[in-house]
Amino acid sequence: MAILEQTVAHYNHWVMIFLMISGLYIVVARGNMVKKLVGLGLFQTSVYLLYISPGKILGGTPPILGEGLGPYSNPLPHVLILTAIVVGVATLALGLALVVRINESFGTIEEDEIFAEEDDT
Amino acid sequence: MIADNLPALQVVLPLLGAVVCAMLRRGTLAWGVALIVSLLMPLCAIGLLLEVLENGTISYAFGGWPPPIGIEYRVDIINAFLLLLVSLIGAVIMPYAKSSVEAEIAPENHAWFYAIYLLCLCGLLGIAITGDAFNVFVFMEISSLATYALIAMGRDRRALLAAYQYLVVGTIGATMYVIGVGFLYSMTGSLNLVDIAGRLADIENSRAVMAALAFLTVGISLKLALFPLHVWLPNAYAYAPSMVTSFLAATATKVAVYLLLRYYFSVFGVAVVFEELPVTEILLFLSLAAMFGASIIAIFQEDAKRMLAYSSVAQIGYITLGIALANQSGLTGGIVHLFNHALMKGALFMALGAVFYRIGTVKIDDLAGLGKKMPITMGAFVLAGLSVIGVPGTVGFVSKWYLGLGAFENGWWWLAFLIVISSLISVVYVGRIVEVVWFRPISQAARSAKEPPLGMLLPTLLLTAATVYFGFDTTASAGIAGRAAELLLAGLR
Repeated sequence: MAILEQTVAHYNHWVMIFLMISGLYIVVARGNMVKKLVGLGLFQTSVYLLYISPGKILGGTPPILGEGLGPYSNPLPHVLILTAIVVGVATLALGLALVVRINESFGTIEEDEIFAEEDDT
Repeated sequence: MIADNLPALQVVLPLLGAVVCAMLRRGTLAWGVALIVSLLMPLCAIGLLLEVLENGTISYAFGGWPPPIGIEYRVDIINAFLLLLVSLIGAVIMPYAKSSVEAEIAPENHAWFYAIYLLCLCGLLGIAITGDAFNVFVFMEISSLATYALIAMGRDRRALLAAYQYLVVGTIGATMYVIGVGFLYSMTGSLNLVDIAGRLADIENSRAVMAALAFLTVGISLKLALFPLHVWLPNAYAYAPSMVTSFLAATATKVAVYLLLRYYFSVFGVAVVFEELPVTEILLFLSLAAMFGASIIAIFQEDAKRMLAYSSVAQIGYITLGIALANQSGLTGGIVHLFNHALMKGALFMALGAVFYRIGTVKIDDLAGLGKKMPITMGAFVLAGLSVIGVPGTVGFVSKWYLGLGAFENGWWWLAFLIVISSLISVVYVGRIVEVVWFRPISQAARSAKEPPLGMLLPTLLLTAATVYFGFDTTASAGIAGRAAELLLAGLR
């Protein structure tokens, strides 16, 4: 029973682990280059939870110094993750741009088809 | 005023330079801006190194916020040495870049190319100089995103595939790094590396700290192409434009190695990493696998650039071997090999870039007889190749000497023996090129070849001369590396 309670209490971790593993799995298992990038996005998203969920205090106030306020949630993880989101968007944009170029020059975005084509030449 | 702000200038100048390049839109002008910025960088780095050698560690509080609240730029001997290495390579390569880029990249993209190159330089220097764990991630992504774009500019369409592959692997590596930092942050509540190190000493080595170490190790190892996490490297190096390959081979993996050193020795400490955990055994095994596996794969390559790329993976094995030894001589060997490998691989890839400029191919069969047509370039190639083997009188020998000493210091004579054997494998692949280039009749492709323009030839010769010079006079390279090793080993017990 105690284990069950602990499991439920840390449900944020389970969500994070599920997103992390499924993201990595998609990257490894899918041959479609856009789907791979989607997996990569999921993987990165799981990290946002890793940072933000420990910083939240249930019933905490906004992080403002003043009377009657506090204990407050840690604001720093949000700022860090804001940066990480920007980085993630940039990576996704660059990745998709590469996929467009690959589609233009190979005529496909399936990895196995491209490798088969490469082996022929 | 300027002297006080050198740490900031080291990173801000290339960043501003990139913006200026992107706005100029004209290739030659952008090249001029990039050249000026690249030439200023070693001056900054030399200033920092002298200051550090004289007065010890520099701590620069960014924006006036004192650490650990604000972001701190922290320069000690080891990263001053690395800053100098990266900025020197960046400066040497710029005169070379002009002809090479004109030949390999469409004219309308020249300005963008130099802008992205400066961003990449900015990211690498930033990783080296910052003392903040999350800031490292930001700079890591600046340099990585720039690198993906630079690789994708290669003429071959397979460059796109290589860039995509590197993007996927590199992003996984960087994300693993952030996960590691996240664990450290939730355990210590700090992002400043020195502060984290201080607070880690006070808490028990819980599972979260170990997980942080594991994630950081895997993430950084993906970036530094530790065998078997190197799969992105050969294609990326083989299909990138010549100038990009030379620059990346000489700098990018080195910066990642520095990061590993920083975490192992300055944040977690020798006691945790090498005494409580089997990191020595793991690194030793992977280094040896790289030294032998990658060298043997290199022998069977058809493309000279690809062969050198595999050789790079093998050489990184020597560097991580130095880290695995974790004693004074071994670590000195590893750090000095950072420097030495940058010189020799820089020179080798630049020589190949010159060949590509003249004959448009670097297939080993097409290089036949090139020694008669481009004697100076190929002479430089042979000298730098001897350095890869580790012939006495070249820098390669200095690193292997220290690594051998380190092996004996731990009482592992068999390891010294293995270092010699793995060097013999590199004789085979370097020898193969030498044989083709000097002793075969001139190939169809090489018929009309001649020496490259001076702008390309001189930087190649400069780096080659450095591989010989630092093979004899080791006071600057091995001397500083020795002091850095001392500092790292003494840093945290």
